[in-house]
Amino acid sequence: MDRRIRILIGKPGLDGHDRGAKYIARALRDAGMEVIYTGIRQTPEAIANAAIQEDVDFIGLSLLSGAHNYLFPEVARLLQEKGAADIILFGGGVIPEEDIPALKKAGFKAIFTPGTAASEVIDFIQNEFQSG
Amino acid sequence: MAQISPDVDLLPSEIDSFIIDVRESRPRGLARVLSMVENGHPSSSMILHSLYNPDRQVKTIGVTGPPGAGKSTLVNLLIDYWRKLNRKVGVIAVDPSSPFSGGALLGDRVRMQTHASDPGVFIRSMGSRGHLGGLSGATRDALEVLTSASYDPVLVETVGVGQAEVEVASIADITLLVLVPGLGDEVQTMKAGIMEIADVIVLNKADRPGIEQLETAVNASLEFVDDRTVRPRVIRCSAQTGEGIDNLTSAVDSLLSSEVVGQDNAKRRTTLILNGIIREKGSDLAKKIISEKYGSINGAIDSVLSGETTPYMIGEMFTGFLEGIQEKDNGSKQD
Ligand code: B12
Ligand SMILES: Nc1nc2c(ncn2[C@@H]2O[C@H](COP(=O)(O)OP(=O)(O)OP(=O)(O)O)[C@@H](O)[C@H]2O)c(=O)[nH]1
Ligand SMILES: [Mg+2]
Repeated sequence: MDRRIRILIGKPGLDGHDRGAKYIARALRDAGMEVIYTGIRQTPEAIANAAIQEDVDFIGLSLLSGAHNYLFPEVARLLQEKGAADIILFGGGVIPEEDIPALKKAGFKAIFTPGTAASEVIDFIQNEFQSG
Repeated sequence: MAQISPDVDLLPSEIDSFIIDVRESRPRGLARVLSMVENGHPSSSMILHSLYNPDRQVKTIGVTGPPGAGKSTLVNLLIDYWRKLNRKVGVIAVDPSSPFSGGALLGDRVRMQTHASDPGVFIRSMGSRGHLGGLSGATRDALEVLTSASYDPVLVETVGVGQAEVEVASIADITLLVLVPGLGDEVQTMKAGIMEIADVIVLNKADRPGIEQLETAVNASLEFVDDRTVRPRVIRCSAQTGEGIDNLTSAVDSLLSSEVVGQDNAKRRTTLILNGIIREKGSDLAKKIISEKYGSINGAIDSVLSGETTPYMIGEMFTGFLEGIQEKDNGSKQD
Protein backbone atom coordinates (compact mmCIF):
# COMPACT_ATOMS: atom_id res chain seq x y z
CA MET A 1 0.00 0.00 0.00
CA ASP A 2 1.26 3.46 -0.93
CA ARG A 3 0.51 5.55 2.15
CA ARG A 4 1.95 9.07 2.29
CA ILE A 5 1.68 11.70 5.01
CA ARG A 6 -0.89 14.29 3.92
CA ILE A 7 -0.85 17.75 5.45
CA LEU A 8 -2.89 20.88 4.94
CA ILE A 9 -1.06 24.18 5.40
CA GLY A 10 -3.55 26.99 5.85
CA LYS A 11 -3.72 30.65 6.74
CA PRO A 12 -6.92 31.61 8.53
CA GLY A 13 -8.12 35.19 8.75
CA LEU A 14 -6.94 38.30 6.96
CA ASP A 15 -3.20 37.93 7.52
CA GLY A 16 -1.32 38.20 4.23
CA HIS A 17 2.15 37.12 5.45
CA ASP A 18 2.59 33.93 3.48
CA ARG A 19 6.36 33.49 3.24
CA GLY A 20 6.65 31.27 6.30
CA ALA A 21 3.69 29.09 5.27
CA LYS A 22 5.07 28.58 1.76
CA TYR A 23 8.56 27.89 3.08
CA ILE A 24 7.23 25.20 5.41
CA ALA A 25 4.97 23.76 2.67
CA ARG A 26 7.91 23.33 0.30
CA ALA A 27 10.13 21.85 3.01
CA LEU A 28 7.48 19.24 3.84
CA ARG A 29 7.10 18.37 0.16
CA ASP A 30 10.85 17.90 -0.07
CA ALA A 31 10.59 15.57 2.92
CA GLY A 32 8.24 13.34 0.90
CA MET A 33 4.89 14.56 2.21
CA GLU A 34 1.81 15.55 0.23
CA VAL A 35 1.06 19.12 1.16
CA ILE A 36 -2.22 20.80 0.34
CA TYR A 37 -1.66 24.54 0.37
CA THR A 38 -4.91 26.49 0.45
CA GLY A 39 -3.57 30.03 0.28
CA ILE A 40 -4.28 33.14 2.36
CA ARG A 41 -7.55 34.52 3.71
CA GLN A 42 -9.30 31.30 4.62
CA THR A 43 -12.15 31.07 7.08
CA PRO A 44 -11.73 28.44 9.82
CA GLU A 45 -14.76 26.70 8.28
CA ALA A 46 -13.06 26.51 4.86
CA ILE A 47 -9.90 25.10 6.43
CA ALA A 48 -11.80 22.42 8.37
CA ASN A 49 -13.85 21.42 5.30
CA ALA A 50 -10.81 21.25 3.05
CA ALA A 51 -8.92 19.15 5.61
CA ILE A 52 -11.78 16.65 5.73
CA GLN A 53 -12.21 16.42 1.95
CA GLU A 54 -8.47 15.98 1.52
CA ASP A 55 -8.34 13.38 4.33
CA VAL A 56 -5.20 14.89 5.80
CA ASP A 57 -3.33 13.52 8.80
CA PHE A 58 -2.23 16.98 9.97
CA ILE A 59 -3.22 20.63 9.71
CA GLY A 60 -0.52 23.28 10.11
CA LEU A 61 -1.82 26.83 10.56
CA SER A 62 0.27 29.93 10.04
CA LEU A 63 -0.43 33.39 11.48
CA LEU A 64 1.75 36.45 11.91
CA SER A 65 -0.98 39.02 12.50
CA GLY A 66 -1.76 38.35 16.13
CA ALA A 67 -5.23 36.81 15.62
CA HIS A 68 -4.12 33.29 16.59
CA ASN A 69 -5.81 33.29 20.01
CA TYR A 70 -9.21 33.28 18.33
CA LEU A 71 -8.63 31.68 14.92
CA PHE A 72 -6.51 28.69 15.98
CA PRO A 73 -8.96 27.37 18.64
CA GLU A 74 -11.84 28.01 16.25
CA VAL A 75 -10.37 25.56 13.72
CA ALA A 76 -9.97 23.02 16.55
CA ARG A 77 -13.60 23.52 17.59
CA LEU A 78 -14.90 23.03 14.04
CA LEU A 79 -12.91 19.83 13.59
CA GLN A 80 -14.42 18.50 16.80
CA GLU A 81 -17.90 19.50 15.61
CA LYS A 82 -17.38 17.76 12.26
CA GLY A 83 -16.09 14.54 13.81
CA ALA A 84 -12.54 15.11 12.69
CA ALA A 85 -10.78 15.66 16.02
CA ASP A 86 -8.28 12.92 15.13
CA ILE A 87 -6.55 15.27 12.66
CA ILE A 88 -3.39 16.51 14.40
CA LEU A 89 -3.15 20.30 14.70
CA PHE A 90 -0.03 22.39 14.92
CA GLY A 91 0.85 25.96 14.04
CA GLY A 92 3.47 28.61 13.61
CA GLY A 93 4.20 32.27 13.05
CA VAL A 94 4.62 35.33 15.23
CA ILE A 95 3.13 33.91 18.43
CA PRO A 96 4.18 35.17 21.88
CA GLU A 97 5.47 32.53 24.33
CA GLU A 98 2.71 33.36 26.81
CA ASP A 99 -0.03 32.43 24.34
CA ILE A 100 1.35 28.96 23.66
CA PRO A 101 -0.02 27.08 26.74
CA ALA A 102 -3.61 28.09 25.93
CA LEU A 103 -3.20 27.01 22.30
CA LYS A 104 -1.85 23.66 23.43
CA LYS A 105 -4.82 23.28 25.70
CA ALA A 106 -7.09 24.01 22.72
CA GLY A 107 -5.58 21.01 20.93
CA PHE A 108 -2.43 22.28 19.20
CA LYS A 109 0.34 19.73 19.57
CA ALA A 110 3.12 22.22 18.78
CA ILE A 111 3.71 25.88 17.90
CA PHE A 112 6.76 26.96 15.90
CA THR A 113 7.92 30.57 16.19
CA PRO A 114 10.23 32.65 13.92
CA GLY A 115 13.63 31.12 13.37
CA THR A 116 12.36 27.54 13.44
CA ALA A 117 14.37 25.23 11.18
CA ALA A 118 12.30 23.15 8.78
CA SER A 119 13.97 20.00 10.12
CA GLU A 120 12.37 20.57 13.56
CA VAL A 121 8.93 20.64 11.96
CA ILE A 122 9.67 17.53 9.88
CA ASP A 123 10.90 15.64 12.96
CA PHE A 124 7.78 16.61 14.87
CA ILE A 125 5.49 15.39 12.09
CA GLN A 126 7.32 12.11 11.59
CA ASN A 127 7.31 11.38 15.32
CA GLU A 128 3.61 12.13 15.64
CA PHE A 129 2.80 10.05 12.56
CA GLN A 130 4.67 7.03 13.87
CA SER A 131 3.13 7.20 17.31
CA GLY A 132 -0.39 7.90 15.97
CA MET B 1 -13.34 8.43 12.90
CA ALA B 2 -11.02 5.54 13.61
CA GLN B 3 -7.76 5.20 11.72
CA ILE B 4 -7.72 2.61 8.97
CA SER B 5 -4.89 0.21 9.29
CA PRO B 6 -2.95 0.23 6.05
CA ASP B 7 -2.53 -3.43 5.22
CA VAL B 8 -5.45 -5.13 6.90
CA ASP B 9 -8.70 -5.96 5.11
CA LEU B 10 -11.74 -4.14 6.43
CA LEU B 11 -14.57 -6.11 7.99
CA PRO B 12 -17.61 -6.54 5.73
CA SER B 13 -19.59 -4.28 8.07
CA GLU B 14 -16.94 -1.57 7.76
CA ILE B 15 -17.00 -1.86 3.98
CA ASP B 16 -20.79 -1.53 4.02
CA SER B 17 -20.65 1.55 6.14
CA PHE B 18 -18.10 3.20 3.83
CA ILE B 19 -20.31 2.41 0.85
CA ILE B 20 -23.21 4.14 2.56
CA ASP B 21 -20.98 7.13 3.34
CA VAL B 22 -20.10 7.42 -0.35
CA ARG B 23 -23.68 7.00 -1.60
CA GLU B 24 -24.93 9.64 0.86
CA SER B 25 -21.88 11.80 0.11
CA ARG B 26 -20.83 12.11 3.76
CA PRO B 27 -17.56 14.01 3.48
CA ARG B 28 -15.46 12.15 6.06
CA GLY B 29 -16.20 8.63 4.85
CA LEU B 30 -16.09 9.66 1.21
CA ALA B 31 -12.67 11.23 1.74
CA ARG B 32 -11.44 8.08 3.51
CA VAL B 33 -12.58 5.90 0.61
CA LEU B 34 -10.74 8.18 -1.82
CA SER B 35 -7.58 7.70 0.25
CA MET B 36 -8.01 3.92 0.30
CA VAL B 37 -8.40 3.94 -3.48
CA GLU B 38 -5.43 6.25 -3.91
CA ASN B 39 -3.22 4.18 -1.61
CA GLY B 40 -4.28 0.82 -3.00
CA HIS B 41 -5.74 -0.37 0.32
CA PRO B 42 -6.52 -4.12 0.17
CA SER B 43 -10.27 -3.42 0.57
CA SER B 44 -10.48 -0.73 -2.09
CA SER B 45 -11.34 -3.17 -4.92
CA MET B 46 -14.26 -4.52 -2.91
CA ILE B 47 -15.58 -0.99 -2.36
CA LEU B 48 -15.12 -0.02 -6.03
CA HIS B 49 -16.85 -3.25 -7.01
CA SER B 50 -19.89 -2.43 -4.88
CA LEU B 51 -20.10 1.11 -6.19
CA TYR B 52 -19.63 0.29 -9.88
CA ASN B 53 -22.57 1.08 -12.09
CA PRO B 54 -21.83 0.92 -15.82
CA ASP B 55 -24.90 2.99 -16.65
CA ARG B 56 -23.96 5.91 -14.47
CA GLN B 57 -25.11 9.13 -16.15
CA VAL B 58 -22.73 11.58 -14.49
CA LYS B 59 -20.91 13.93 -16.84
CA THR B 60 -17.14 14.30 -16.52
CA ILE B 61 -14.98 17.12 -17.84
CA GLY B 62 -11.21 17.03 -18.21
CA VAL B 63 -9.27 20.29 -18.03
CA THR B 64 -5.72 20.19 -19.31
CA GLY B 65 -3.05 22.58 -20.57
CA PRO B 66 0.42 23.90 -19.77
CA PRO B 67 1.46 24.94 -16.25
CA GLY B 68 -0.07 28.23 -15.12
CA ALA B 69 -2.49 28.48 -18.07
CA GLY B 70 -5.37 29.18 -15.69
CA LYS B 71 -6.87 25.69 -15.43
CA SER B 72 -7.75 26.00 -11.73
CA THR B 73 -9.11 29.51 -12.16
CA LEU B 74 -11.35 28.26 -14.99
CA VAL B 75 -12.45 25.23 -12.98
CA ASN B 76 -13.46 27.65 -10.24
CA LEU B 77 -15.63 29.60 -12.70
CA LEU B 78 -17.20 26.39 -14.02
CA ILE B 79 -18.03 25.38 -10.44
CA ASP B 80 -19.74 28.77 -10.02
CA TYR B 81 -21.79 28.14 -13.11
CA TRP B 82 -23.09 24.72 -12.04
CA ARG B 83 -23.63 25.77 -8.43
CA LYS B 84 -25.98 28.50 -9.68
CA LEU B 85 -27.93 25.71 -11.38
CA ASN B 86 -27.93 23.87 -8.04
CA ARG B 87 -25.79 20.99 -9.23
CA LYS B 88 -23.40 19.26 -6.81
CA VAL B 89 -19.93 19.59 -8.31
CA GLY B 90 -16.92 17.32 -7.77
CA VAL B 91 -13.33 18.20 -8.62
CA ILE B 92 -10.19 16.07 -8.78
CA ALA B 93 -7.11 18.24 -9.12
CA VAL B 94 -3.83 16.51 -9.92
CA ASP B 95 -0.46 18.14 -9.33
CA PRO B 96 2.98 16.64 -9.95
CA SER B 97 4.74 14.59 -7.27
CA SER B 98 8.43 15.22 -6.86
CA PRO B 99 10.38 12.40 -8.48
CA PHE B 100 13.08 12.89 -5.85
CA SER B 101 11.20 13.00 -2.56
CA GLY B 102 7.84 11.54 -3.62
CA GLY B 103 6.24 14.55 -1.92
CA ALA B 104 3.93 17.00 -3.65
CA LEU B 105 2.76 20.56 -3.25
CA LEU B 106 -0.92 20.48 -4.12
CA GLY B 107 -1.89 24.10 -4.75
CA ASP B 108 -4.88 24.03 -7.06
CA ARG B 109 -7.26 24.83 -4.19
CA VAL B 110 -5.77 28.31 -3.88
CA ARG B 111 -7.73 29.29 -7.01
CA MET B 112 -10.91 27.51 -5.91
CA GLN B 113 -11.30 29.23 -2.57
CA THR B 114 -14.73 30.68 -3.24
CA HIS B 115 -16.22 27.20 -2.84
CA ALA B 116 -14.22 26.06 0.16
CA SER B 117 -17.16 26.27 2.58
CA ASP B 118 -19.84 25.08 0.18
CA PRO B 119 -21.11 21.57 1.06
CA GLY B 120 -22.29 21.18 -2.55
CA VAL B 121 -18.69 21.14 -3.80
CA PHE B 122 -16.18 18.37 -3.12
CA ILE B 123 -12.59 19.05 -4.12
CA ARG B 124 -9.86 16.47 -3.85
CA SER B 125 -6.18 17.11 -4.64
CA MET B 126 -3.97 14.25 -5.76
CA GLY B 127 -0.23 13.94 -6.36
CA SER B 128 0.68 12.22 -9.63
CA ARG B 129 2.81 9.72 -7.61
CA GLY B 130 5.07 8.83 -10.50
CA HIS B 131 2.30 8.23 -13.03
CA LEU B 132 2.93 9.84 -16.40
CA GLY B 133 0.19 11.24 -18.58
CA GLY B 134 -0.99 14.16 -16.47
CA LEU B 135 -3.05 12.12 -14.01
CA SER B 136 -2.26 9.82 -11.10
CA GLY B 137 -2.68 6.06 -11.32
CA ALA B 138 -5.76 6.25 -9.10
CA THR B 139 -7.51 9.19 -10.77
CA ARG B 140 -9.78 6.97 -12.83
CA ASP B 141 -10.96 5.07 -9.76
CA ALA B 142 -11.31 8.27 -7.72
CA LEU B 143 -13.61 9.51 -10.48
CA GLU B 144 -15.76 6.40 -10.05
CA VAL B 145 -16.02 7.11 -6.32
CA LEU B 146 -16.95 10.79 -6.70
CA THR B 147 -19.56 10.05 -9.33
CA SER B 148 -21.04 7.37 -7.06
CA ALA B 149 -21.43 10.08 -4.43
CA SER B 150 -23.80 11.85 -6.85
CA TYR B 151 -21.54 14.73 -7.70
CA ASP B 152 -22.51 15.71 -11.23
CA PRO B 153 -20.61 17.00 -13.08
CA VAL B 154 -17.11 16.04 -11.96
CA LEU B 155 -14.14 18.02 -13.26
CA VAL B 156 -10.63 16.61 -13.52
CA GLU B 157 -7.74 19.07 -13.66
CA THR B 158 -4.49 17.50 -14.91
CA VAL B 159 -0.97 18.51 -14.02
CA GLY B 160 0.40 21.14 -16.38
CA VAL B 161 1.06 18.96 -19.40
CA GLY B 162 3.48 18.66 -22.23
CA GLN B 163 2.57 17.07 -25.50
CA ALA B 164 2.30 13.37 -24.96
CA GLU B 165 0.10 13.69 -21.91
CA VAL B 166 -3.38 13.14 -23.25
CA GLU B 167 -4.67 10.50 -20.88
CA VAL B 168 -7.40 12.70 -19.41
CA ALA B 169 -9.33 12.55 -22.68
CA SER B 170 -9.79 8.83 -22.21
CA ILE B 171 -11.41 9.15 -18.80
CA ALA B 172 -13.51 12.29 -19.33
CA ASP B 173 -16.63 12.80 -21.45
CA ILE B 174 -15.30 16.05 -22.80
CA THR B 175 -11.87 17.65 -22.59
CA LEU B 176 -10.92 21.30 -22.46
CA LEU B 177 -7.42 22.26 -23.55
CA VAL B 178 -6.40 25.59 -22.05
CA LEU B 179 -3.83 27.64 -23.99
CA VAL B 180 -2.50 31.13 -23.35
CA PRO B 181 -0.76 33.92 -25.29
CA GLY B 182 2.93 33.31 -25.82
CA LEU B 183 2.47 29.71 -26.87
CA GLY B 184 2.25 30.52 -30.60
CA ASP B 185 5.35 28.60 -31.63
CA GLU B 186 4.51 25.67 -29.44
CA VAL B 187 1.05 25.41 -30.94
CA GLN B 188 2.66 24.82 -34.32
CA THR B 189 4.27 21.66 -33.05
CA MET B 190 1.38 20.60 -30.88
CA LYS B 191 -0.94 19.71 -33.73
CA ALA B 192 0.11 16.09 -33.92
CA GLY B 193 -0.89 15.21 -30.40
CA ILE B 194 -2.67 17.19 -27.83
CA MET B 195 -4.83 19.35 -30.14
CA GLU B 196 -6.68 16.28 -31.32
CA ILE B 197 -7.89 15.24 -27.91
CA ALA B 198 -9.64 18.51 -27.17
CA ASP B 199 -13.37 19.10 -27.57
CA VAL B 200 -12.90 22.75 -26.67
CA ILE B 201 -9.71 24.73 -27.03
CA VAL B 202 -9.86 27.55 -24.51
CA LEU B 203 -7.75 30.57 -25.37
CA ASN B 204 -7.41 31.96 -21.86
CA LYS B 205 -5.85 35.21 -20.66
CA ALA B 206 -7.50 37.05 -23.54
CA ASP B 207 -6.79 40.20 -21.51
CA ARG B 208 -3.12 39.71 -22.32
CA PRO B 209 -1.25 40.80 -25.45
CA GLY B 210 -0.64 38.05 -27.98
CA ILE B 211 -4.13 36.58 -27.95
CA GLU B 212 -4.60 37.35 -31.68
CA GLN B 213 -1.42 35.49 -32.60
CA LEU B 214 -2.47 32.57 -30.44
CA GLU B 215 -5.86 32.35 -32.13
CA THR B 216 -4.27 32.51 -35.58
CA ALA B 217 -1.78 29.80 -34.68
CA VAL B 218 -4.47 27.54 -33.24
CA ASN B 219 -6.78 27.94 -36.22
CA ALA B 220 -3.90 27.36 -38.62
CA SER B 221 -2.89 24.15 -36.91
CA LEU B 222 -6.49 22.92 -36.82
CA GLU B 223 -6.63 23.13 -40.61
CA PHE B 224 -4.33 20.13 -40.69
CA VAL B 225 -6.60 18.13 -38.45
CA ASP B 226 -8.70 16.79 -41.26
CA ASP B 227 -9.18 13.20 -40.24
CA ARG B 228 -11.58 13.92 -37.45
CA THR B 229 -15.28 14.38 -37.78
CA VAL B 230 -15.75 17.07 -35.15
CA ARG B 231 -13.32 19.94 -34.97
CA PRO B 232 -12.75 21.34 -31.50
CA ARG B 233 -14.49 24.60 -30.74
CA VAL B 234 -12.11 27.45 -30.12
CA ILE B 235 -13.17 29.92 -27.43
CA ARG B 236 -11.42 33.05 -26.33
CA CYS B 237 -11.88 34.13 -22.73
CA SER B 238 -10.30 35.60 -19.65
CA ALA B 239 -10.72 33.87 -16.34
CA GLN B 240 -9.52 37.08 -14.75
CA THR B 241 -11.97 39.61 -16.25
CA GLY B 242 -14.79 37.14 -16.97
CA GLU B 243 -14.83 38.07 -20.66
CA GLY B 244 -16.00 35.15 -22.82
CA ILE B 245 -16.80 32.86 -19.89
CA ASP B 246 -20.47 32.73 -20.93
CA ASN B 247 -19.41 31.40 -24.33
CA LEU B 248 -17.31 28.77 -22.63
CA THR B 249 -20.06 27.56 -20.30
CA SER B 250 -22.62 27.39 -23.08
CA ALA B 251 -20.21 25.45 -25.31
CA VAL B 252 -19.49 23.01 -22.51
CA ASP B 253 -23.17 22.66 -21.73
CA SER B 254 -24.18 22.02 -25.32
CA LEU B 255 -21.43 19.42 -25.72
CA LEU B 256 -22.47 17.67 -22.52
CA SER B 257 -26.09 17.47 -23.58
CA SER B 258 -25.28 16.42 -27.14
CA GLU B 259 -26.04 12.90 -28.31
CA VAL B 260 -22.39 12.12 -28.94
CA VAL B 261 -21.38 12.41 -25.31
CA GLY B 262 -22.71 9.55 -23.28
CA GLN B 263 -22.99 7.30 -26.30
CA ASP B 264 -20.95 4.20 -25.62
CA ASN B 265 -20.20 5.66 -22.24
CA ALA B 266 -20.83 2.40 -20.40
CA LYS B 267 -18.72 0.44 -22.84
CA ARG B 268 -15.93 2.99 -22.95
CA ARG B 269 -15.64 3.17 -19.16
CA THR B 270 -15.76 -0.56 -18.69
CA THR B 271 -13.14 -1.15 -21.39
CA LEU B 272 -10.89 1.47 -19.89
CA ILE B 273 -11.11 0.14 -16.37
CA LEU B 274 -10.59 -3.45 -17.46
CA ASN B 275 -7.56 -2.48 -19.56
CA GLY B 276 -6.10 -0.72 -16.55
CA ILE B 277 -6.63 -3.81 -14.44
CA ILE B 278 -5.09 -6.08 -17.09
CA ARG B 279 -1.98 -3.88 -17.17
CA GLU B 280 -1.67 -3.77 -13.41
CA LYS B 281 -2.47 -7.39 -12.59
CA GLY B 282 -0.68 -8.70 -15.68
CA SER B 283 2.52 -7.09 -14.56
CA ASP B 284 2.06 -8.32 -10.96
CA LEU B 285 1.52 -11.83 -12.28
CA ALA B 286 4.55 -11.72 -14.56
CA LYS B 287 6.74 -10.53 -11.69
CA LYS B 288 5.43 -13.34 -9.53
CA ILE B 289 6.15 -16.00 -12.13
CA ILE B 290 9.67 -14.70 -12.74
CA SER B 291 10.34 -14.47 -9.00
CA GLU B 292 9.15 -18.01 -8.49
CA LYS B 293 11.76 -19.30 -10.90
CA TYR B 294 14.66 -16.95 -10.07
CA GLY B 295 13.97 -16.03 -6.45
CA SER B 296 13.35 -12.37 -7.33
CA ILE B 297 13.48 -9.96 -10.26
CA ASN B 298 17.05 -9.20 -9.26
CA GLY B 299 17.73 -12.92 -9.27
CA ALA B 300 16.58 -13.04 -12.88
CA ILE B 301 18.84 -10.10 -13.74
CA ASP B 302 21.79 -11.86 -12.09
CA SER B 303 21.09 -14.99 -14.13
CA VAL B 304 21.27 -12.95 -17.30
CA LEU B 305 24.49 -11.24 -16.19
CA SER B 306 26.10 -14.55 -15.34
CA GLY B 307 25.34 -15.76 -18.86
CA GLU B 308 22.79 -18.42 -17.90
CA THR B 309 19.95 -16.91 -19.88
CA THR B 310 18.78 -13.78 -21.68
CA PRO B 311 15.79 -11.51 -21.06
CA TYR B 312 14.20 -13.00 -24.20
CA MET B 313 14.49 -16.53 -22.90
CA ILE B 314 12.78 -15.38 -19.70
CA GLY B 315 10.03 -13.96 -21.93
CA GLU B 316 9.72 -17.32 -23.68
CA MET B 317 8.86 -18.85 -20.32
CA PHE B 318 5.49 -17.15 -20.59
CA THR B 319 4.70 -18.77 -23.92
CA GLY B 320 5.14 -22.12 -22.23
CA PHE B 321 3.12 -20.98 -19.26
CA LEU B 322 0.19 -19.83 -21.42
CA GLU B 323 0.24 -23.07 -23.41
CA GLY B 324 0.08 -24.89 -20.09
CA ILE B 325 -3.07 -22.97 -19.21
CA GLN B 326 -4.61 -23.75 -22.61
CA GLU B 327 -3.91 -27.46 -22.26
CA LYS B 328 -5.56 -27.44 -18.86
CA ASP B 329 -8.60 -25.67 -20.34
CA ASN B 330 -8.90 -28.18 -23.16
CA GLY B 331 -8.40 -30.98 -20.73
CA SER B 332 -11.22 -29.86 -18.53
CA LYS B 333 -13.53 -29.50 -21.54
CA GLN B 334 -12.99 -33.13 -22.53
CA ASP B 335 -13.84 -34.33 -19.05
C1 B12 C 1 8.13 40.35 5.46
C2 B12 C 1 7.09 41.01 6.35
C3 B12 C 1 6.02 41.61 5.70
C4 B12 C 1 5.80 41.53 4.20
C5 B12 C 1 5.05 40.19 3.92
C6 B12 C 1 5.36 39.54 2.58
C7 B12 C 1 4.70 38.21 2.48
N1 B12 C 1 4.05 37.97 1.36
O1 B12 C 1 4.74 37.37 3.38
C8 B12 C 1 4.90 42.78 3.97
C9 B12 C 1 5.81 43.97 3.70
C10 B12 C 1 3.86 42.66 2.82
C11 B12 C 1 4.28 42.95 5.34
C12 B12 C 1 3.11 43.63 5.56
C13 B12 C 1 2.56 43.85 6.82
N2 B12 C 1 3.12 43.52 8.00
CO1 B12 C 1 4.66 42.42 8.16
N3 B12 C 1 6.28 41.58 8.53
C14 B12 C 1 7.21 41.03 7.76
C15 B12 C 1 8.38 40.53 8.63
C16 B12 C 1 9.48 41.59 8.57
C17 B12 C 1 8.98 39.20 8.26
C18 B12 C 1 7.98 38.05 8.05
C19 B12 C 1 8.60 36.96 7.21
O2 B12 C 1 8.28 36.81 6.03
N4 B12 C 1 9.52 36.20 7.79
C20 B12 C 1 10.20 35.10 7.11
C21 B12 C 1 9.39 33.81 7.32
C22 B12 C 1 10.10 32.63 6.67
O3 B12 C 1 9.29 33.60 8.71
P1 B12 C 1 7.91 33.37 9.46
O4 B12 C 1 6.75 33.76 8.66
O5 B12 C 1 8.03 33.87 10.85
O6 B12 C 1 7.88 31.76 9.53
C23 B12 C 1 8.74 31.02 10.36
C24 B12 C 1 8.13 30.65 11.70
O7 B12 C 1 7.30 31.66 12.22
C25 B12 C 1 7.43 29.37 11.44
N5 B12 C 1 6.11 29.36 10.84
C26 B12 C 1 5.36 30.32 10.31
N6 B12 C 1 4.19 29.83 9.85
C27 B12 C 1 4.18 28.52 10.12
C28 B12 C 1 3.24 27.54 9.90
C29 B12 C 1 3.51 26.25 10.29
C30 B12 C 1 2.51 25.19 10.02
C31 B12 C 1 4.74 25.94 10.94
C32 B12 C 1 5.03 24.57 11.33
C33 B12 C 1 5.67 26.92 11.15
C34 B12 C 1 5.40 28.20 10.75
O8 B12 C 1 8.32 28.72 10.56
C35 B12 C 1 8.91 29.69 9.67
C36 B12 C 1 10.33 29.29 9.44
O9 B12 C 1 11.09 29.50 10.59
C37 B12 C 1 7.70 40.46 10.04
C38 B12 C 1 8.60 40.67 11.23
C39 B12 C 1 9.26 39.39 11.67
N7 B12 C 1 10.51 39.48 11.93
O10 B12 C 1 8.62 38.34 11.77
C40 B12 C 1 6.65 41.57 9.95
C41 B12 C 1 5.37 41.47 10.79
C42 B12 C 1 4.85 40.03 10.75
N8 B12 C 1 4.46 42.35 10.06
C43 B12 C 1 3.72 43.04 10.84
C44 B12 C 1 2.75 43.97 10.39
C45 B12 C 1 2.05 44.79 11.48
C46 B12 C 1 2.46 44.13 9.02
C47 B12 C 1 1.41 45.07 8.43
C48 B12 C 1 0.07 45.13 9.15
C49 B12 C 1 2.08 46.43 8.34
C50 B12 C 1 1.19 47.59 7.91
N9 B12 C 1 0.78 48.36 8.89
O11 B12 C 1 0.91 47.70 6.75
C51 B12 C 1 1.25 44.55 6.99
C52 B12 C 1 0.05 43.56 6.88
C53 B12 C 1 0.10 42.69 5.65
C54 B12 C 1 -1.07 41.75 5.54
N10 B12 C 1 -1.80 41.79 4.43
O12 B12 C 1 -1.35 40.96 6.40
C55 B12 C 1 3.95 42.73 12.32
C56 B12 C 1 2.86 41.87 12.94
C57 B12 C 1 2.57 42.38 14.36
C58 B12 C 1 1.86 41.42 15.26
N11 B12 C 1 1.85 40.15 15.07
O13 B12 C 1 1.33 41.90 16.23
C59 B12 C 1 5.37 42.07 12.26
C60 B12 C 1 5.61 41.01 13.36
C61 B12 C 1 6.40 43.21 12.36
C62 B12 C 1 6.39 43.87 13.74
N12 B12 C 1 7.31 43.51 14.60
O14 B12 C 1 5.55 44.70 13.98
N13 B12 C 1 5.02 42.36 6.30
N1 LIG D 1 -4.16 37.90 -16.80
C1 LIG D 1 -4.78 36.76 -16.56
N2 LIG D 1 -4.32 35.95 -15.58
C2 LIG D 1 -4.97 34.78 -15.36
C3 LIG D 1 -6.11 34.39 -16.11
N3 LIG D 1 -6.51 33.19 -15.68
C4 LIG D 1 -5.67 32.83 -14.69
N4 LIG D 1 -4.74 33.80 -14.49
C5 LIG D 1 -3.64 33.79 -13.51
O1 LIG D 1 -2.67 32.83 -13.91
C6 LIG D 1 -2.04 32.24 -12.79
C7 LIG D 1 -2.15 30.72 -12.85
O2 LIG D 1 -3.51 30.36 -12.75
P1 LIG D 1 -3.97 28.91 -12.31
O3 LIG D 1 -5.44 28.85 -12.41
O4 LIG D 1 -3.34 28.55 -11.02
O5 LIG D 1 -3.29 28.06 -13.47
P2 LIG D 1 -3.19 26.47 -13.62
O6 LIG D 1 -3.21 26.18 -15.06
O7 LIG D 1 -4.21 25.83 -12.77
O8 LIG D 1 -1.75 26.19 -13.02
P3 LIG D 1 -1.11 24.78 -12.60
O9 LIG D 1 -2.17 23.97 -11.93
O10 LIG D 1 0.00 25.17 -11.68
O11 LIG D 1 -0.61 24.15 -13.88
C8 LIG D 1 -2.74 32.83 -11.57
O12 LIG D 1 -1.97 33.86 -11.08
C9 LIG D 1 -4.05 33.35 -12.13
O13 LIG D 1 -4.57 34.40 -11.38
C10 LIG D 1 -6.57 35.28 -17.14
O14 LIG D 1 -7.54 35.04 -17.85
N5 LIG D 1 -5.87 36.45 -17.31
MG1 LIG E 1 -3.97 24.42 -11.21
